[in-house]
Amino acid sequence: MSLFTSVLLGAQMLLGLAMLLALLRLLRGPRAQDRVLALDTLYVNGMLLVLALGIRQGTTLYFEAALVIGMLGFVSTAALAKFLLRGEVIE
Amino acid sequence: MSETIAALLVFAGALFAFVGSVGLLRLRTFYERVHPPTMGTTLGTALVLAGSIVYFTALESRPVLHEVLIAILMTVTTPVTYMLLVRAALHRDRRVSHTDP
Repeated sequence: MSLFTSVLLGAQMLLGLAMLLALLRLLRGPRAQDRVLALDTLYVNGMLLVLALGIRQGTTLYFEAALVIGMLGFVSTAALAKFLLRGEVIE
Repeated sequence: MSETIAALLVFAGALFAFVGSVGLLRLRTFYERVHPPTMGTTLGTALVLAGSIVYFTALESRPVLHEVLIAILMTVTTPVTYMLLVRAALHRDRRVSHTDP
């Protein structure tokens, strides 16, 4: 295993661990805003994991998936924050 | 050579995201917990995207810059979502302190 592959594998392990920690906060987190924040962190870490996977495989195919994950994370977090603020998403 | 640089950049970005998640898990109040994930969304994302740009530019021997799209997206959306979320949290905290005697 070359240096490139092993360092990227370490980065992927770190990102997976980060997703696990965010998931713990999502399950534990005492109030709803903690859970929404943990979900947003989970989305960002997952996006970085997909990017690292794409670099390791050497294809630009995973870039689009990462872009879609980022956009969906923004929309879902904004909608949930709006729901917490007002009690409904579209008014 | 550029492979190693790209891998190290990605590893540094992953380290930032990991430290941000540790802070999200370990800090005590919600208003403290809002801060750590921004490490992952700003510098962590920037370093991973820089690694991706370096690697694919070297691999395809032409400038590959489409990762800038994600960088712009994250730069624009992260402050918006977190400010909305903190405003919602402030609203909810105020409502709880009003209803509780």
